[in-house]
Formats: sequence, structure tokens, C-alpha cells
Amino acid sequence: MKTDLILLTAPDLMLASMLVLALIGLGVRLGLGVGRTLTIAAVRTTVQLLLVGLILETVFSQAKLTWIMSIVLVMMTVAAWEILARQKRKLKGWWGFGVSAFSLFISSFLITLLALIIIIKADPWYTPQYAIPLLGMLLGNTMNGIALGMDRLVQTAWQQRSVIEQRLMLGQKDRDAIREIARDSMRAGMIPIINAMAAAGVVSLPGMMTGQILAGSPPVEAVKYQILIMFLVTSGTGFAVITVLQLIIRRMFDSRERLRFDHLLREPR
Amino acid sequence: MLRLEDLKIPNLEPVNLTIEPGECVGLCGESGSGKTLLLRAIADMDEHGGQVYAENIAQDQVRAHEWRRRVMLLPAESQWWFDTVDQHFSMPAKHIEALGFSQEVMGWNISRCSSGEKQRLSILRMLSNCPRVLLLDEPTANLDSSNITRVEGLVRSYLSEHHAVAIWVGHDVAQLERVSQQQYQLSDGILKQVGAA
Repeated sequence: MKTDLILLTAPDLMLASMLVLALIGLGVRLGLGVGRTLTIAAVRTTVQLLLVGLILETVFSQAKLTWIMSIVLVMMTVAAWEILARQKRKLKGWWGFGVSAFSLFISSFLITLLALIIIIKADPWYTPQYAIPLLGMLLGNTMNGIALGMDRLVQTAWQQRSVIEQRLMLGQKDRDAIREIARDSMRAGMIPIINAMAAAGVVSLPGMMTGQILAGSPPVEAVKYQILIMFLVTSGTGFAVITVLQLIIRRMFDSRERLRFDHLLREPR
Repeated sequence: MLRLEDLKIPNLEPVNLTIEPGECVGLCGESGSGKTLLLRAIADMDEHGGQVYAENIAQDQVRAHEWRRRVMLLPAESQWWFDTVDQHFSMPAKHIEALGFSQEVMGWNISRCSSGEKQRLSILRMLSNCPRVLLLDEPTANLDSSNITRVEGLVRSYLSEHHAVAIWVGHDVAQLERVSQQQYQLSDGILKQVGAA
């Protein structure tokens, strides 16, 4: 069943880039103002992916734990920064970073570890061909969930601070006063992955599965991997969003159940 | 009974005050003089120094939400977060007719209530929890004269019936003299007594 991989050559990619160039040209001509950002993004994706390809080739050929762990560390740090960068209301610096990093660790890192050791049984467990793409997929998805859930919670609580205080004044516990908002934020964080699961195979063919099929894997084998990934990503996102909501809510109220945005948010300049 | 011992909040001299069961203290003062902040400190909604006792229970002796069930603050602008009135009541409402409503009011849609109706409903909502101390921040600011009379009467009868106490913040000196036994004024960070019945 295994077929030889058709290798892409530089001219092949050039042809594809002509399409983007044509798009940029049309955008500029119509004055749509996307030319600049599109050019930068296209250059970024080329350079970033080529670099990553080179790095991965080295790492794959070495399979050293220290190398892999340093790559993992870089990936997680960048993901944590990305989460903070997407927040409309900025959390206090190191605390916000700590919360994002901790929930990424709980969800992506631990779940990847579990999958490598118990489910895939890669040997050694840190075999980079499995470890790095797996972690990358988990990070990418949980990062989205965390960023969305966090943003919804902090934004809504800020907008509805008078309502929350009114509920506290009526003698509600802090957890009860924010219950509906927390529920909403959980939903906001989970919607992308729930949509992805519901549409998988019918509306969209997931990227990893498509990739494996293009690389010559039998479709059913690719599907099995895709189901594994979907379950890992869903549970990872769910645990991450729960963790992040719990941590932020704890921080949002003090020991006397007062609403304390001064503990949570950076002072406006 | 409510007792404030050296209650400290920013820009205010430490406050000492005792209110006997069944009594009401009227409090006036210019906007920004700290009336609302004083009420918030008594309800433990803001950080503060000193001690507050309600019926000899110290504020820090009980969990904050338990304290606020006894010592309940009625904010100047009430907030509503569900669709209908009754969803905001954890206990059955009493005194509905005393504030000029009929029983059907509990099924009303919040979005159709006027600001005056919301203010009266927020008083019903507070009293349904049977608090021991009422902290009333301008409770009749949006009401017409007949409803002002209703609210004054309801608060008076609630206090005497339950031996509860109240602090009534308002700008109308004549009203404060009607509803309270002692009147205080906040100015330049000092709480001073200006009248007593």
C-alpha cells in the first residue's frame, strides 16, 4: 500500500508563490490594504517553516533528550506569550504568564507525555518524530482554548462588575456570584474544538490526517491517529480551560469575597 | 444592634458609632464625602481597618458572605442579571403590596421595569433575605412622593418588627428626620452628629 513520496522541488513552491503574488498584486491594485501584511506573513511562514524543518532534521537525527526538551521549552514559552498577547484586558505580567504556562503544562505537556508512554509506546518515549508534532498540535489547540476562555472571563467580569458586586451584597458566595460568567467562558474556550470534532471528516479533513495520507499512509491508519489526536486535544483543552478559569477566579476575589481587579489586571497607564 | 469601632477608611477619621435595635441612623453629606464608601466598609465590600459588630458578632468572625446576609447593602443603583423579577429572589418575597405592587410583579420582565420600579423591587429583594442591618444608599432617589412614603413606612415597620437596625443615606434632611432617631453628617472626613429625635 505504501507508495513513494512525491518530493516537491523549489520550482514547485515558486509556482504556488506566484498565486500569492498575484493576490498581493490584485489587493494593491484595488486598494484593499492587505498587500503589506500579506507579504510579511508569507515571508514569515516561509522563513519560520524552513528554519523549523532544518532544526527538526537535526533533532530527529540526534534524538537527544536535552535537545528535545529545549525545543519543548521554547514552544511552551511562545504559546504562553501568545495567550497573553491575545487578551484585551492585560493581566499582571508574571502572574498572567505563570497562569498560562501552568495550564499549558497541565494540559499539553502532561497529556503528550501520557500519550507517548502509555498509548503510542514510542521507544524511547521522547522519539522526536512522535513527541514534537504531537506536542505541537496539542499546544496549538489548547492555546486557542485558553486564550478564548481567559479573555471571555476577564472581559465579561469587568463589564459586569456591578452585577457581581450586587450579588455579593445580597450574600452570595464569590463562586455563585460569577457562576454564569464562568460557565459562559468555559463554553467559549471549548467551542472551537467541539466544532472541529463535529465537522471532522464531513466538512473538513483534519490536517494531520491529510498529511499522513499524502505521505502514503493507509487512510484507516491515518484516521486512527486523527481520532487519538482529537481526543487528546479535547481533553487537553478542557482541562486547560478549567485550570485557567479556576486560577483566575481565585485571584479575582480576596479572602473576604471582595471583587479585586487590582490583583488581577495591570494598572492602566 | 450595629457597632462601629475605629472603622478606618481612606480620607476619613476613624468612625465610632453604635445603633440600638430597632433604630435608624440618618446620614447626609455632599457627594464624594465618603458616605457610600462607609457603607461599603460596613458590608465588608472594601478593605478597611477597625472592627464592626452586628449583634456582638464581629465582622471577621464569620465568612464574608454570611456577614453580608446579615449586614446587607442596598446600592444606589440596583443591578439585575436574569430575565424576570422572581429569578432574583432566593427567598419568597414579602411586603409586595406594601410597596404598591401586585403579586404579578414577580413574573415581570426586568427590561420593562422603570428605574423607580427597580428601586422598589430591590428593596423587596433585600428584605426577603431578612437582614439584621440595612445599609440604604439613597433608597428613594428615583421615587415619587407616594412611593417615598411607602418605602419609609416599610423600613420603619421592618426595623421595629425585627429589632433590626438601619443606616439611611440621603440628601433630604426632612426625610432623614422622619425616618431616623439620630442624624449624622459627613464633611471634611469627619462624622458628626447633627440631630436626634
